[in-house]
Amino acid sequence: MAPQIVVRDLCKAYRILQRRPGVWGAVSGLVRPSYRTVDALTDVSFTLERGEVLGFIGPNGAGKSTTIKILSGILRPDSGSCTVDGLTPFRDRIAHVRKIGVVFGQRTQLFWDLPVVDGFELLRAIYGVPEARYRRTRDELVALMRIDAVLQQPVRLLSLGQRMRCELAAAMLHEPSVLFLDEPTIGLDAPSKLAVRDLVRTLNRDRGVTVILTTHDMHDIEAIAERVVVIGHGRILADCRFSELRARVTGDRPSELRVEEVVARFYALHGAAGG
Amino acid sequence: MALAVYGAPFQARLGRLLQYREAAFAGFITQCWWGGLKVMILAAFYGSALATQGTASLPLTLAQSITYVWLAQGLLAITPWGGDPDITAAVRDGSILHDRLRPVDTYAYWYARSAAWLLGRALPRLALMLLFAGVGLRAAGLGSWALRAPEGAAAFAAALVSLGLGLAVSTAITNVVNVFTIVTGTDRGASTVLGTFMILLSGNEIPLPLFPDWARTFLELQPFAALLDTPFRIYLGQLRGGAVLRAMALQVFWWSVLVLIGRRLLARAVARLEVNGG
Repeated sequence: MAPQIVVRDLCKAYRILQRRPGVWGAVSGLVRPSYRTVDALTDVSFTLERGEVLGFIGPNGAGKSTTIKILSGILRPDSGSCTVDGLTPFRDRIAHVRKIGVVFGQRTQLFWDLPVVDGFELLRAIYGVPEARYRRTRDELVALMRIDAVLQQPVRLLSLGQRMRCELAAAMLHEPSVLFLDEPTIGLDAPSKLAVRDLVRTLNRDRGVTVILTTHDMHDIEAIAERVVVIGHGRILADCRFSELRARVTGDRPSELRVEEVVARFYALHGAAGG
Repeated sequence: MALAVYGAPFQARLGRLLQYREAAFAGFITQCWWGGLKVMILAAFYGSALATQGTASLPLTLAQSITYVWLAQGLLAITPWGGDPDITAAVRDGSILHDRLRPVDTYAYWYARSAAWLLGRALPRLALMLLFAGVGLRAAGLGSWALRAPEGAAAFAAALVSLGLGLAVSTAITNVVNVFTIVTGTDRGASTVLGTFMILLSGNEIPLPLFPDWARTFLELQPFAALLDTPFRIYLGQLRGGAVLRAMALQVFWWSVLVLIGRRLLARAVARLEVNGG
Protein backbone atom coordinates (compact mmCIF):
# COMPACT_ATOMS: atom_id res chain seq x y z
CA MET A 1 0.00 0.00 0.00
CA ALA A 2 1.16 3.53 -0.71
CA PRO A 3 2.38 5.60 2.22
CA GLN A 4 -0.31 7.71 3.89
CA ILE A 5 1.77 10.88 3.91
CA VAL A 6 4.12 11.74 1.09
CA VAL A 7 6.22 14.90 1.27
CA ARG A 8 8.46 15.59 -1.68
CA ASP A 9 10.96 18.44 -2.15
CA LEU A 10 9.02 20.99 -0.12
CA CYS A 11 10.47 24.48 -0.31
CA LYS A 12 9.16 27.50 1.49
CA ALA A 13 10.66 30.96 1.94
CA TYR A 14 9.25 33.81 3.99
CA ARG A 15 9.67 37.41 2.98
CA ILE A 16 10.30 39.42 6.11
CA LEU A 17 9.99 43.18 6.26
CA GLN A 18 13.25 44.67 7.47
CA ARG A 19 12.80 47.57 9.85
CA ARG A 20 15.69 49.94 10.16
CA PRO A 21 16.42 51.40 13.58
CA GLY A 22 15.50 54.90 14.68
CA VAL A 23 12.99 57.46 13.50
CA TRP A 24 14.77 58.05 10.21
CA GLY A 25 14.85 54.31 9.58
CA ALA A 26 11.13 54.06 10.23
CA VAL A 27 10.39 56.88 7.77
CA SER A 28 12.63 55.52 5.03
CA GLY A 29 11.05 52.10 5.61
CA LEU A 30 7.66 53.58 4.78
CA VAL A 31 8.92 54.98 1.51
CA ARG A 32 11.09 52.10 0.40
CA PRO A 33 10.42 48.94 2.40
CA SER A 34 13.20 46.40 2.23
CA TYR A 35 12.65 42.71 2.58
CA ARG A 36 14.83 39.85 3.60
CA THR A 37 14.10 36.34 2.42
CA VAL A 38 14.37 33.52 4.92
CA ASP A 39 14.43 29.97 3.64
CA ALA A 40 12.17 28.12 6.05
CA LEU A 41 12.25 24.80 4.19
CA THR A 42 14.60 23.50 1.51
CA ASP A 43 13.90 20.24 -0.30
CA VAL A 44 12.16 18.54 2.60
CA SER A 45 11.08 14.99 1.72
CA PHE A 46 9.83 12.07 3.77
CA THR A 47 7.06 9.52 3.75
CA LEU A 48 4.97 8.06 6.52
CA GLU A 49 3.07 4.78 6.62
CA ARG A 50 -0.39 4.48 8.10
CA GLY A 51 -0.16 3.97 11.86
CA GLU A 52 3.43 5.22 12.16
CA VAL A 53 4.61 7.71 14.77
CA LEU A 54 7.19 10.24 13.65
CA GLY A 55 9.09 12.54 15.98
CA PHE A 56 10.03 15.79 14.34
CA ILE A 57 12.89 17.55 16.09
CA GLY A 58 15.17 20.47 15.45
CA PRO A 59 16.28 23.74 17.03
CA ASN A 60 13.93 26.70 17.31
CA GLY A 61 13.26 28.17 13.89
CA ALA A 62 14.35 25.02 12.05
CA GLY A 63 11.09 24.65 10.13
CA LYS A 64 9.14 22.13 12.20
CA SER A 65 6.02 24.27 12.61
CA THR A 66 6.17 25.37 8.99
CA THR A 67 6.10 21.73 7.91
CA ILE A 68 3.16 20.98 10.23
CA LYS A 69 1.30 24.03 8.92
CA ILE A 70 1.83 22.99 5.31
CA LEU A 71 0.68 19.46 6.10
CA SER A 72 -2.45 20.77 7.79
CA GLY A 73 -3.37 23.07 4.91
CA ILE A 74 -2.71 26.41 6.60
CA LEU A 75 0.38 27.30 4.57
CA ARG A 76 1.15 26.88 0.90
CA PRO A 77 4.65 25.73 -0.09
CA ASP A 78 6.60 27.62 -2.77
CA SER A 79 7.42 24.37 -4.55
CA GLY A 80 7.36 20.65 -4.01
CA SER A 81 4.38 18.50 -3.21
CA CYS A 82 2.73 16.84 -0.30
CA THR A 83 -0.25 14.54 -0.03
CA VAL A 84 -2.10 13.08 2.91
CA ASP A 85 -4.36 10.18 1.95
CA GLY A 86 -4.02 11.36 -1.63
CA LEU A 87 -5.24 14.88 -0.90
CA THR A 88 -3.10 17.99 -1.26
CA PRO A 89 -3.74 19.90 1.98
CA PHE A 90 -3.72 23.51 0.77
CA ARG A 91 -5.62 22.69 -2.42
CA ASP A 92 -8.29 20.38 -0.97
CA ARG A 93 -8.42 22.15 2.39
CA ILE A 94 -11.98 21.37 3.46
CA ALA A 95 -11.90 17.67 2.53
CA HIS A 96 -8.43 17.34 4.04
CA VAL A 97 -9.06 18.97 7.43
CA ARG A 98 -12.00 16.64 8.02
CA LYS A 99 -9.54 13.78 8.26
CA ILE A 100 -6.85 15.32 10.44
CA GLY A 101 -6.60 16.40 14.06
CA VAL A 102 -4.19 19.17 15.02
CA VAL A 103 -2.92 20.42 18.38
CA PHE A 104 -0.70 23.49 18.66
CA GLY A 105 0.72 23.35 22.17
CA GLN A 106 1.20 27.10 22.33
CA ARG A 107 -2.38 27.93 21.34
CA THR A 108 -5.82 26.69 22.16
CA GLN A 109 -8.52 25.48 19.81
CA LEU A 110 -11.03 25.24 22.65
CA PHE A 111 -13.54 28.02 23.13
CA TRP A 112 -12.23 30.22 25.89
CA ASP A 113 -15.49 31.24 27.57
CA LEU A 114 -17.41 28.01 27.03
CA PRO A 115 -17.46 24.97 29.30
CA VAL A 116 -15.28 22.26 27.77
CA VAL A 117 -18.23 20.04 26.89
CA ASP A 118 -20.07 22.87 25.11
CA GLY A 119 -16.95 23.43 23.02
CA PHE A 120 -16.94 19.73 22.14
CA GLU A 121 -20.61 19.99 21.15
CA LEU A 122 -19.78 22.95 18.91
CA LEU A 123 -17.01 20.97 17.22
CA ARG A 124 -19.45 18.09 16.71
CA ALA A 125 -21.80 20.41 14.82
CA ILE A 126 -19.00 22.01 12.79
CA TYR A 127 -17.63 18.62 11.73
CA GLY A 128 -21.13 17.22 11.25
CA VAL A 129 -20.46 14.13 13.40
CA PRO A 130 -23.68 12.12 13.88
CA GLU A 131 -25.05 12.45 17.41
CA ALA A 132 -24.78 8.79 18.51
CA ARG A 133 -21.31 8.37 17.10
CA TYR A 134 -20.20 11.63 18.70
CA ARG A 135 -21.45 10.55 22.10
CA ARG A 136 -19.60 7.25 21.90
CA THR A 137 -16.32 8.85 20.80
CA ARG A 138 -16.62 11.64 23.35
CA ASP A 139 -17.24 9.27 26.24
CA GLU A 140 -14.30 7.10 25.23
CA LEU A 141 -12.00 10.10 24.95
CA VAL A 142 -13.20 11.60 28.23
CA ALA A 143 -12.44 8.33 30.00
CA LEU A 144 -9.09 7.98 28.25
CA MET A 145 -8.00 11.55 29.00
CA ARG A 146 -9.56 11.49 32.48
CA ILE A 147 -11.24 14.86 31.98
CA ASP A 148 -14.74 14.05 33.26
CA ALA A 149 -14.17 16.27 36.31
CA VAL A 150 -13.45 19.38 34.24
CA LEU A 151 -16.02 18.95 31.46
CA GLN A 152 -18.37 21.56 32.88
CA GLN A 153 -15.62 24.11 33.55
CA PRO A 154 -15.00 27.05 31.25
CA VAL A 155 -11.74 26.56 29.35
CA ARG A 156 -10.16 29.70 30.82
CA LEU A 157 -10.23 28.09 34.30
CA LEU A 158 -8.33 24.94 33.34
CA SER A 159 -4.74 24.29 34.31
CA LEU A 160 -2.35 23.81 31.39
CA GLY A 161 -2.20 20.07 32.00
CA GLN A 162 -5.98 19.73 32.05
CA ARG A 163 -6.26 21.95 29.02
CA MET A 164 -3.79 19.95 26.96
CA ARG A 165 -5.70 16.73 27.65
CA CYS A 166 -8.89 18.51 26.56
CA GLU A 167 -7.08 19.75 23.43
CA LEU A 168 -6.15 16.20 22.52
CA ALA A 169 -9.74 15.06 23.03
CA ALA A 170 -11.00 18.00 20.93
CA ALA A 171 -8.62 17.08 18.12
CA MET A 172 -9.91 13.48 18.12
CA LEU A 173 -13.70 14.06 18.29
CA HIS A 174 -14.18 13.67 14.55
CA GLU A 175 -12.02 10.52 14.59
CA PRO A 176 -9.22 11.68 12.30
CA SER A 177 -6.78 9.10 10.99
CA VAL A 178 -3.84 11.51 11.30
CA LEU A 179 -2.79 13.61 14.26
CA PHE A 180 -0.36 16.55 14.00
CA LEU A 181 0.97 17.61 17.40
CA ASP A 182 3.11 20.74 17.51
CA GLU A 183 4.88 20.84 20.88
CA PRO A 184 2.04 19.22 22.83
CA THR A 185 4.11 18.94 26.02
CA ILE A 186 5.41 22.51 26.14
CA GLY A 187 5.22 23.98 29.62
CA LEU A 188 3.65 20.89 31.18
CA ASP A 189 4.65 19.51 34.57
CA ALA A 190 6.04 15.97 34.80
CA PRO A 191 2.79 14.08 35.48
CA SER A 192 0.99 15.92 32.70
CA LYS A 193 3.83 15.18 30.28
CA LEU A 194 3.66 11.51 31.16
CA ALA A 195 -0.11 11.57 30.70
CA VAL A 196 0.12 13.20 27.27
CA ARG A 197 2.75 10.68 26.12
CA ASP A 198 0.62 7.86 27.38
CA LEU A 199 -2.43 9.19 25.56
CA VAL A 200 -0.63 9.61 22.28
CA ARG A 201 0.70 6.06 22.53
CA THR A 202 -2.77 4.74 23.29
CA LEU A 203 -4.37 6.63 20.40
CA ASN A 204 -1.73 5.26 18.08
CA ARG A 205 -1.94 1.68 19.37
CA ASP A 206 -5.71 1.32 19.83
CA ARG A 207 -7.00 3.50 17.03
CA GLY A 208 -4.16 3.17 14.59
CA VAL A 209 -3.80 6.94 14.36
CA THR A 210 -0.78 8.15 12.40
CA VAL A 211 1.09 10.76 14.43
CA ILE A 212 3.59 13.48 13.61
CA LEU A 213 4.86 15.16 16.72
CA THR A 214 7.27 18.05 17.18
CA THR A 215 8.94 18.66 20.50
CA HIS A 216 12.02 19.93 22.25
CA ASP A 217 11.70 17.33 24.98
CA MET A 218 13.71 14.34 23.82
CA HIS A 219 12.02 12.14 26.39
CA ASP A 220 8.82 12.64 24.40
CA ILE A 221 10.61 11.16 21.42
CA GLU A 222 12.09 8.27 23.38
CA ALA A 223 8.71 7.45 24.85
CA ILE A 224 6.55 7.76 21.76
CA ALA A 225 8.42 7.74 18.51
CA GLU A 226 10.61 5.02 17.11
CA ARG A 227 11.54 7.12 14.15
CA VAL A 228 12.83 10.69 14.15
CA VAL A 229 13.34 13.30 11.49
CA VAL A 230 15.89 15.95 12.48
CA ILE A 231 15.58 19.26 10.72
CA GLY A 232 17.97 22.21 10.85
CA HIS A 233 17.88 25.48 8.91
CA GLY A 234 15.02 24.05 6.88
CA ARG A 235 16.87 20.96 5.69
CA ILE A 236 16.46 17.38 6.78
CA LEU A 237 19.62 16.27 8.59
CA ALA A 238 18.57 12.79 9.58
CA ASP A 239 15.65 10.42 9.15
CA CYS A 240 16.28 7.33 11.22
CA ARG A 241 15.54 5.42 14.42
CA PHE A 242 16.38 7.36 17.55
CA SER A 243 18.98 4.75 18.56
CA GLU A 244 20.78 5.33 15.31
CA LEU A 245 21.01 9.04 16.08
CA ARG A 246 22.88 8.14 19.25
CA ALA A 247 25.23 5.91 17.29
CA ARG A 248 25.97 8.67 14.81
CA VAL A 249 27.00 11.02 17.59
CA THR A 250 29.01 8.65 19.74
CA GLY A 251 30.46 6.41 17.08
CA ASP A 252 31.15 2.90 18.30
CA ARG A 253 32.12 3.88 21.83
CA PRO A 254 29.54 3.01 24.41
CA SER A 255 28.30 6.22 25.99
CA GLU A 256 26.40 7.49 28.95
CA LEU A 257 25.18 10.55 27.09
CA ARG A 258 21.72 11.72 28.07
CA VAL A 259 19.24 12.14 25.25
CA GLU A 260 19.52 15.93 25.33
CA GLU A 261 23.27 15.68 24.94
CA VAL A 262 22.90 13.32 22.02
CA VAL A 263 20.64 15.75 20.24
CA ALA A 264 22.66 18.85 21.15
CA ARG A 265 25.78 17.22 19.79
CA PHE A 266 23.97 16.18 16.68
CA TYR A 267 22.82 19.76 16.09
CA ALA A 268 26.37 21.02 16.69
CA LEU A 269 27.77 18.42 14.34
CA HIS A 270 25.58 19.81 11.59
CA GLY A 271 25.98 23.47 12.48
CA ALA A 272 22.28 23.59 13.15
CA ALA A 273 22.23 24.89 16.71
CA GLY A 274 20.33 28.12 17.33
CA GLY A 275 18.29 29.95 14.82
CA MET B 1 -26.63 20.31 7.25
CA ALA B 2 -25.16 23.73 6.48
CA LEU B 3 -27.68 25.18 8.88
CA ALA B 4 -26.31 23.08 11.73
CA VAL B 5 -22.69 23.78 10.78
CA TYR B 6 -23.07 27.55 10.90
CA GLY B 7 -26.09 27.65 13.22
CA ALA B 8 -24.21 26.03 16.10
CA PRO B 9 -21.51 28.71 16.44
CA PHE B 10 -24.23 31.34 15.99
CA GLN B 11 -26.33 29.89 18.79
CA ALA B 12 -23.42 29.33 21.15
CA ARG B 13 -22.29 32.94 20.76
CA LEU B 14 -25.80 34.37 21.03
CA GLY B 15 -26.53 32.39 24.19
CA ARG B 16 -23.32 33.58 25.78
CA LEU B 17 -23.92 37.26 24.91
CA LEU B 18 -27.48 37.25 26.24
CA GLN B 19 -26.01 36.52 29.67
CA TYR B 20 -24.06 39.76 29.86
CA ARG B 21 -26.72 41.68 31.77
CA GLU B 22 -24.47 44.36 33.28
CA ALA B 23 -23.07 45.33 29.89
CA ALA B 24 -26.56 45.48 28.41
CA PHE B 25 -27.78 47.66 31.26
CA ALA B 26 -24.83 50.04 31.02
CA GLY B 27 -25.37 50.36 27.27
CA PHE B 28 -29.06 50.96 27.81
CA ILE B 29 -28.46 53.80 30.29
CA THR B 30 -26.07 55.53 27.89
CA GLN B 31 -28.52 55.16 25.04
CA CYS B 32 -31.37 56.60 27.18
CA TRP B 33 -29.22 59.60 27.99
CA TRP B 34 -28.36 60.33 24.36
CA GLY B 35 -31.87 59.49 23.24
CA GLY B 36 -33.38 61.94 25.70
CA LEU B 37 -30.98 64.62 24.54
CA LYS B 38 -31.82 64.05 20.88
CA VAL B 39 -35.55 64.03 21.57
CA MET B 40 -35.33 67.39 23.32
CA ILE B 41 -33.22 68.93 20.56
CA LEU B 42 -35.70 67.67 17.96
CA ALA B 43 -38.62 69.12 19.95
CA ALA B 44 -36.90 72.50 20.04
CA PHE B 45 -36.27 72.43 16.27
CA TYR B 46 -39.81 71.34 15.55
CA GLY B 47 -41.10 74.18 17.75
CA SER B 48 -39.32 76.81 15.72
CA ALA B 49 -40.08 75.13 12.39
CA LEU B 50 -43.78 74.97 13.18
CA ALA B 51 -43.78 78.64 14.16
CA THR B 52 -42.22 79.74 10.85
CA GLN B 53 -43.43 77.20 8.27
CA GLY B 54 -46.47 75.33 9.52
CA THR B 55 -46.82 71.54 9.32
CA ALA B 56 -47.18 71.10 5.56
CA SER B 57 -43.47 70.87 4.69
CA LEU B 58 -42.41 68.45 7.45
CA PRO B 59 -41.24 65.04 6.25
CA LEU B 60 -41.91 63.45 9.66
CA THR B 61 -44.18 64.59 12.48
CA LEU B 62 -42.49 65.25 15.82
CA ALA B 63 -44.04 62.08 17.23
CA GLN B 64 -42.63 60.07 14.30
CA SER B 65 -39.18 61.61 14.74
CA ILE B 66 -39.21 60.78 18.44
CA THR B 67 -40.17 57.17 17.69
CA TYR B 68 -37.37 57.02 15.08
CA VAL B 69 -34.84 58.27 17.66
CA TRP B 70 -35.87 55.78 20.36
CA LEU B 71 -35.74 52.89 17.91
CA ALA B 72 -32.32 54.00 16.69
CA GLN B 73 -31.07 54.22 20.28
CA GLY B 74 -32.47 50.80 21.13
CA LEU B 75 -30.86 49.25 18.07
CA LEU B 76 -27.53 51.07 18.26
CA ALA B 77 -25.69 47.81 18.95
CA ILE B 78 -26.99 46.17 15.78
CA THR B 79 -25.13 48.67 13.60
CA PRO B 80 -21.52 47.95 12.56
CA TRP B 81 -18.96 49.88 14.63
CA GLY B 82 -15.91 47.80 13.77
CA GLY B 83 -14.72 44.23 13.65
CA ASP B 84 -16.01 41.35 15.73
CA PRO B 85 -13.78 41.51 18.85
CA ASP B 86 -13.49 37.70 19.06
CA ILE B 87 -12.28 37.45 15.50
CA THR B 88 -10.01 40.50 15.54
CA ALA B 89 -8.38 39.24 18.76
CA ALA B 90 -7.88 35.79 17.22
CA VAL B 91 -6.33 37.40 14.14
CA ARG B 92 -3.92 39.36 16.32
CA ASP B 93 -2.76 36.46 18.47
CA GLY B 94 -2.62 33.98 15.60
CA SER B 95 -5.23 31.55 16.92
CA ILE B 96 -7.15 32.35 13.75
CA LEU B 97 -5.28 29.42 12.19
CA HIS B 98 -7.72 27.13 13.99
CA ASP B 99 -10.52 28.61 11.89
CA ARG B 100 -8.64 27.40 8.82
CA LEU B 101 -8.46 23.90 10.32
CA ARG B 102 -12.25 23.59 10.37
CA PRO B 103 -13.99 21.97 7.41
CA VAL B 104 -16.08 25.07 6.82
CA ASP B 105 -16.18 28.10 4.59
CA THR B 106 -14.23 30.68 6.61
CA TYR B 107 -16.33 33.62 5.39
CA ALA B 108 -19.62 31.99 6.39
CA TYR B 109 -18.14 30.82 9.71
CA TRP B 110 -17.15 34.38 10.59
CA TYR B 111 -20.44 35.72 9.25
CA ALA B 112 -22.44 33.45 11.58
CA ARG B 113 -20.35 34.45 14.59
CA SER B 114 -20.45 38.18 13.80
CA ALA B 115 -24.22 38.08 13.27
CA ALA B 116 -24.61 36.50 16.71
CA TRP B 117 -22.35 39.16 18.19
CA LEU B 118 -24.44 42.01 16.75
CA LEU B 119 -27.80 40.44 17.58
CA GLY B 120 -26.78 39.22 21.03
CA ARG B 121 -25.70 42.68 22.10
CA ALA B 122 -28.69 44.43 20.55
CA LEU B 123 -31.55 42.25 21.82
CA PRO B 124 -31.33 42.96 25.57
CA ARG B 125 -30.71 46.66 24.95
CA LEU B 126 -33.68 46.83 22.59
CA ALA B 127 -35.95 45.08 25.09
CA LEU B 128 -34.97 47.56 27.82
CA MET B 129 -35.48 50.49 25.47
CA LEU B 130 -38.95 49.32 24.41
CA LEU B 131 -39.89 49.02 28.07
CA PHE B 132 -38.51 52.42 28.94
CA ALA B 133 -39.53 54.52 25.93
CA GLY B 134 -42.66 52.58 25.00
CA VAL B 135 -44.16 51.74 28.37
CA GLY B 136 -42.27 53.63 31.09
CA LEU B 137 -42.52 57.13 29.64
CA ARG B 138 -46.24 56.69 28.94
CA ALA B 139 -46.87 55.41 32.45
CA ALA B 140 -44.98 58.41 33.83
CA GLY B 141 -47.39 60.71 31.99
CA LEU B 142 -44.83 61.65 29.33
CA GLY B 143 -46.82 60.13 26.45
CA SER B 144 -45.81 62.79 23.95
CA TRP B 145 -42.13 61.84 24.44
CA ALA B 146 -42.81 58.15 24.13
CA LEU B 147 -42.10 55.55 21.46
CA ARG B 148 -45.23 55.05 19.34
CA ALA B 149 -46.70 51.75 18.14
CA PRO B 150 -46.06 50.78 14.50
CA GLU B 151 -48.37 51.83 11.69
CA GLY B 152 -50.44 48.62 11.77
CA ALA B 153 -49.66 44.92 11.94
CA ALA B 154 -48.57 44.66 8.29
CA ALA B 155 -46.13 47.55 8.71
CA PHE B 156 -44.77 45.91 11.85
CA ALA B 157 -44.25 42.55 10.16
CA ALA B 158 -42.59 44.17 7.14
CA ALA B 159 -40.39 46.30 9.44
CA LEU B 160 -39.21 43.14 11.22
CA VAL B 161 -38.25 41.52 7.92
CA SER B 162 -36.47 44.69 6.86
CA LEU B 163 -34.66 44.85 10.20
CA GLY B 164 -33.48 41.29 9.59
CA LEU B 165 -32.08 42.45 6.26
CA GLY B 166 -30.50 45.38 8.10
CA LEU B 167 -28.77 42.92 10.41
CA ALA B 168 -27.57 40.97 7.37
CA VAL B 169 -26.07 44.14 5.86
CA SER B 170 -24.53 45.12 9.20
CA THR B 171 -22.92 41.69 9.53
CA ALA B 172 -21.55 41.90 6.00
CA ILE B 173 -19.93 45.27 6.85
CA THR B 174 -18.53 43.85 10.10
CA ASN B 175 -17.05 40.94 8.16
CA VAL B 176 -15.29 43.33 5.78
CA VAL B 177 -13.65 44.94 8.83
CA ASN B 178 -12.77 41.47 10.17
CA VAL B 179 -10.90 40.77 6.95
CA PHE B 180 -9.18 44.17 7.08
CA THR B 181 -7.74 43.09 10.42
CA ILE B 182 -5.80 40.30 8.69
CA VAL B 183 -4.22 42.84 6.38
CA THR B 184 -3.45 45.65 8.83
CA GLY B 185 -3.13 43.72 12.08
CA THR B 186 -5.76 45.81 13.86
CA ASP B 187 -9.32 46.94 13.25
CA ARG B 188 -8.71 50.37 14.81
CA GLY B 189 -8.25 52.35 11.61
CA ALA B 190 -11.12 50.75 9.76
CA SER B 191 -13.39 51.10 12.80
CA THR B 192 -12.69 54.80 13.26
CA VAL B 193 -13.45 55.59 9.63
CA LEU B 194 -16.48 53.32 9.61
CA GLY B 195 -17.96 54.73 12.83
CA THR B 196 -17.70 58.30 11.59
CA PHE B 197 -19.64 57.60 8.41
CA MET B 198 -21.98 55.04 9.84
CA ILE B 199 -23.39 57.13 12.69
CA LEU B 200 -24.46 59.87 10.29
CA LEU B 201 -25.43 57.86 7.23
CA SER B 202 -27.47 55.25 9.13
CA GLY B 203 -29.79 57.96 10.48
CA ASN B 204 -28.65 57.39 14.03
CA GLU B 205 -27.47 60.97 14.55
CA ILE B 206 -30.35 62.67 12.74
CA PRO B 207 -33.25 60.75 11.17
CA LEU B 208 -32.46 60.58 7.44
CA PRO B 209 -35.91 61.92 6.38
CA LEU B 210 -35.07 65.21 8.15
CA PHE B 211 -32.12 65.93 5.88
CA PRO B 212 -32.61 68.59 3.16
CA ASP B 213 -34.30 67.45 -0.05
CA TRP B 214 -31.16 67.73 -2.21
CA ALA B 215 -29.42 65.09 -0.08
CA ARG B 216 -32.35 62.71 0.27
CA THR B 217 -31.97 60.62 -2.88
CA PHE B 218 -28.32 59.94 -2.11
CA LEU B 219 -29.06 59.19 1.54
CA GLU B 220 -31.82 56.74 0.71
CA LEU B 221 -29.72 54.87 -1.85
CA GLN B 222 -26.44 54.53 0.11
CA PRO B 223 -25.82 51.24 1.96
CA PHE B 224 -25.97 52.56 5.53
CA ALA B 225 -29.63 53.48 5.07
CA ALA B 226 -30.29 49.74 4.80
CA LEU B 227 -29.29 49.27 8.45
CA LEU B 228 -31.91 51.29 10.34
CA ASP B 229 -33.55 53.91 8.17
CA THR B 230 -35.34 51.47 5.86
CA PRO B 231 -36.98 49.37 8.62
CA PHE B 232 -37.87 52.52 10.56
CA ARG B 233 -39.59 54.18 7.62
CA ILE B 234 -41.60 50.99 7.11
CA TYR B 235 -42.48 50.94 10.83
CA LEU B 236 -43.63 54.56 10.66
CA GLY B 237 -45.76 53.94 7.58
CA GLN B 238 -43.62 56.24 5.42
CA LEU B 239 -43.05 53.43 2.96
CA ARG B 240 -46.10 51.48 1.80
CA GLY B 241 -46.93 48.80 -0.74
CA GLY B 242 -44.54 48.67 -3.67
CA ALA B 243 -42.18 51.12 -1.99
CA VAL B 244 -41.60 48.59 0.81
CA LEU B 245 -40.60 45.90 -1.67
CA ARG B 246 -38.35 48.28 -3.58
CA ALA B 247 -36.64 49.35 -0.35
CA MET B 248 -36.10 45.72 0.63
CA ALA B 249 -34.72 44.93 -2.81
CA LEU B 250 -32.19 47.71 -2.26
CA GLN B 251 -31.25 46.16 1.08
CA VAL B 252 -30.71 42.79 -0.61
CA PHE B 253 -28.65 44.51 -3.32
CA TRP B 254 -26.30 46.12 -0.79
CA TRP B 255 -26.05 42.88 1.14
CA SER B 256 -24.94 40.99 -1.97
CA VAL B 257 -22.41 43.66 -2.90
CA LEU B 258 -20.92 43.69 0.60
CA VAL B 259 -20.77 39.89 0.81
CA LEU B 260 -19.04 39.82 -2.56
CA ILE B 261 -16.51 42.43 -1.43
CA GLY B 262 -15.91 40.59 1.85
CA ARG B 263 -15.38 37.27 0.09
CA ARG B 264 -12.97 38.76 -2.44
CA LEU B 265 -10.94 40.48 0.28
CA LEU B 266 -10.88 37.34 2.43
CA ALA B 267 -9.70 35.18 -0.47
CA ARG B 268 -6.83 37.60 -1.08
CA ALA B 269 -5.95 37.90 2.61
CA VAL B 270 -5.95 34.12 3.02
CA ALA B 271 -3.75 33.69 -0.03
CA ARG B 272 -1.31 36.12 1.57
CA LEU B 273 -1.46 34.26 4.87
CA GLU B 274 -0.82 30.97 3.12
CA VAL B 275 2.23 32.44 1.47
CA ASN B 276 3.65 34.59 4.22
CA GLY B 277 2.56 32.90 7.43
CA GLY B 278 0.80 34.48 10.39
